[in-house]
Amino acid sequence: MPGRRAVLRGLGAAGAVMALGAPAVLAQAPPRVVVVGGGFAGATCARAVKRADPTVAVTLVERSPRYTACPMSNAVIAGLRDMGAQEFGYDGVAAEGVELLRGAAVAVDPQARRVRLEDGTALPYDRLVLAPGIDLRFDALPGYDEAAAERMPHAWKAGPQSLLLRRQLEAMEDGGVVVMAVPANPYRCPPGPYERASLIAHYLKTHKPRSKLVILDAKDAFSKQRLFEAAWQELYPGLIEWVSLSFGGRVTEVDAASKTLVTEFGQHRADVATVIPPQRAGAIAAAAGVADRSGWCPIDPVTFESTLQPGIHVLGDAAIAGAMPKSAFAANGQAKVCAAAVVTLLRGETPPAPKLVNTCYSLVAPGYGISVAGVYHPKDGLLREVEGAGGTSPPNAPPETRALEARYAEAWFHTITSDVFGGAGR
Amino acid sequence: MTGSARSLALWAGVSVLAAADPGAAAGPPPGATAGAPPGAVSCAGCHAPAAVGGPVPDLTGRPAVEIVAAMQAFRGGTRPATVMDRIAKGFSDEETRAIADWLSAPGGGEARRAGP
Repeated sequence: MPGRRAVLRGLGAAGAVMALGAPAVLAQAPPRVVVVGGGFAGATCARAVKRADPTVAVTLVERSPRYTACPMSNAVIAGLRDMGAQEFGYDGVAAEGVELLRGAAVAVDPQARRVRLEDGTALPYDRLVLAPGIDLRFDALPGYDEAAAERMPHAWKAGPQSLLLRRQLEAMEDGGVVVMAVPANPYRCPPGPYERASLIAHYLKTHKPRSKLVILDAKDAFSKQRLFEAAWQELYPGLIEWVSLSFGGRVTEVDAASKTLVTEFGQHRADVATVIPPQRAGAIAAAAGVADRSGWCPIDPVTFESTLQPGIHVLGDAAIAGAMPKSAFAANGQAKVCAAAVVTLLRGETPPAPKLVNTCYSLVAPGYGISVAGVYHPKDGLLREVEGAGGTSPPNAPPETRALEARYAEAWFHTITSDVFGGAGR
Repeated sequence: MTGSARSLALWAGVSVLAAADPGAAAGPPPGATAGAPPGAVSCAGCHAPAAVGGPVPDLTGRPAVEIVAAMQAFRGGTRPATVMDRIAKGFSDEETRAIADWLSAPGGGEARRAGP
């Protein structure tokens, strides 16, 4: 419909709203978009497609009636926040005209353009959006399977695991040792493990001051490292020990029964252990043929369409989004860009190159926040950082700045969850 | 008045009234993202509609000149910031103006006017 935009332009803003329904009358059948996964990426995308073109039939496939958000869940673990503040329903998404389908997508036929659900339902689509988040790899770390996670919680999907870790910390005696295992890149929420370490340290300092925290890391550097380390020095001196890859930090095996973590250099016995295992894109990605050997999904940086399967877009943590981190902020922005691209492609037009932003806050203590930001654009087939922009909070900022960023972290969570799930979603 | 003429007026800083003229806007329907200029949809990640509230200002419906001036000041380091100085540096004058125009247009931005 090359002439449509020109027509809308002529009508002006008020006319455009009224004219928007017209193509549905002219078209034989409304285009169908199926979105799989109701997290920050999927729920945003479903709403945004519907908003961009109400004539598109949008179905959101999600297995849970409520979503439990990961950002801020480290504060739940540390006893600083209620789990209820992390939970959101889908009423606001449904109110926008998105059809909600409770169920799990298990297979995709890219040629026939159909998604199959666990109960056998087949959903035809013109464009499919996969936003399945992550799966924890219970085959990657010897000794760490789903049963072991009940003794050594990952708490990397917020929910019962977060509360389990919280209870274990509460039950631990003063003088105990908490051990964290952190994977190599890439994984969901790059600064998340260090925020968790900070807030557990806050809990220990406040309630069990003779205790220690050891971070066993499969990396030699991490997100916002300079800021975290300076804050640990200032707030929790002698409490946190970070063991980097070069110093034998990589965990190679765990024994859940004895809560022992084995590294290349030795063994660590824990009173409480949290093991964040390696991850990959949610299972439907591999089933749909959009995941590569890494377990993640290569995409076109303009449309987020899979480079492996045409007609299927991949968003959020599951996607290989170049320099963009696997964060809720990134997922939300990607979803809006993808939604606009999907609607544009359905009209037979070419989507313009996007620009994307990420902002991630971490709390190192109540009233002490730090952030990292970035601006991204497609370059040479990948999303790359815009040079000269982005970066972390300044290393020498005054306490008022840290307090302000802690406040903005809270505000961001409220804003983004309202944006994704809508006011009626709570 | 075309979009580029509006931008030119803003750039020259001569016609604040013309820039705010709602009749000139060829904006998207309320809440739509398809017509958003590059980068614009990310603003709502932190800048909530007034109805949601919070310490970060609502940008929808603000005069475009105000948004452009703020972004230029953030970029130049003349306005105190926590994170906007780092983000503003990722956008050119032209991109900033397009985003400001989109946010300021009636029914523009991603105002939750149509939603619940």
